[in-house]
Amino acid sequence: MKFIDYYKVLGLTKSASQNDIKKAYRKLARKHHPDVNPNDKISEEKFKQINEANEVLSDPEKRKKYDQYGKDWQHADAFEKAKQQQSQQRSQTYQSRQGEDFSGGDFSSFFESMFGGQQARGRTQSGHIKFKGQDYNASLHLDIKEVFTTHKKTIEVNNKKIRITIPAGVVNGQTIKLKGYGGEGINGGPKGDLYIQFIIQNNTPFKRDKNNLYKTENIDLYTAVLGGEKTIETFDGKVKIKIKPETQNGTKLKLKGKGFPVYKKQGQFGDLIITFNIEIPKRLNKREKELFNELAKLRGK
Amino acid sequence: MKKENLIEINKLCTQYEVELSFFEQIEQIGLIEISTLTQHQYLHKKHIDNVEKVLRLHNDLKVNMEGIDVIFNLLDKITILQEELIQLKNRLDIYENE
Repeated sequence: MKFIDYYKVLGLTKSASQNDIKKAYRKLARKHHPDVNPNDKISEEKFKQINEANEVLSDPEKRKKYDQYGKDWQHADAFEKAKQQQSQQRSQTYQSRQGEDFSGGDFSSFFESMFGGQQARGRTQSGHIKFKGQDYNASLHLDIKEVFTTHKKTIEVNNKKIRITIPAGVVNGQTIKLKGYGGEGINGGPKGDLYIQFIIQNNTPFKRDKNNLYKTENIDLYTAVLGGEKTIETFDGKVKIKIKPETQNGTKLKLKGKGFPVYKKQGQFGDLIITFNIEIPKRLNKREKELFNELAKLRGK
Repeated sequence: MKKENLIEINKLCTQYEVELSFFEQIEQIGLIEISTLTQHQYLHKKHIDNVEKVLRLHNDLKVNMEGIDVIFNLLDKITILQEELIQLKNRLDIYENE
């Protein structure tokens, strides 16, 4: 558990007034609020921190305790015991600050060890009105081979098993929404949704761009010069291709319909684009060198 | 429109502790559609997400309706740009480790 400098979190010094704290908090909250920073984990974390800092610094009681015992938070318990008698005689000083609770969610263990968890959570959620259930986010790691065909998969989200259909052709980074698979609604509100992002790993020799696949194929110099045939691996089997005479290095050959399935368009496929890489022979023997020299002379080189 | 997908606005006013005019304002900036059936006003379930986001921006950050309209437009742009970024990253993979 680490000490958190709440003044630093809000960009303030210890001498900051309540007004300074309020202003700094509001400015940072506008910048890092989850609704204006969708899918941004760094902002989400930052938002939690500034909420926590505000929770402590905007409350005179908590601020006093933090200022006195902040760095020595481990001794805060002793401080608490000593204060207990006094506080019983005093009326409750915590007040609800309507509209200023930004629902920050969980607080750090540092906060909880100093101030306890329940009290903070109770306050931060008071201003948060909800009707629709919570949306869940999940990511699913798949191999590129798995997404070549439509298949079903059982996944576990929040201890609930869900059987989903993964359509062939889903793209790396794509998110699908499963309506009603999120949290329960409140007071008869609709259930939340489940968002699944696909992370697709590709360890094959094929590079993928949407529906098209790209592959580099080595061919020997003689086949490139004289032409010929070669059997190559496509994503789902072998095909024999013709290589034209005088094929240049880097020439591309498009194999129509041999690419990746088109998302949600059954039976449609992208193309496979083959780039030829011509291998220059190595370790030539004497006779080969003579022949290459002869060829060079014919070309006037 | 199926009635089971509609929620009566009155019920939502109670739930969110807002006036009917609040929903009318959100409708004016084009973020929701209010339907009238048998003299009652309803909201389609699909718009609940937007309503709750508007409420949070309004209550938490004190943003007015015009500001909320600007935020929604910018968020739409961010979504498009993020999708484009994913596509470009995927395309970049073709040229990496060649």
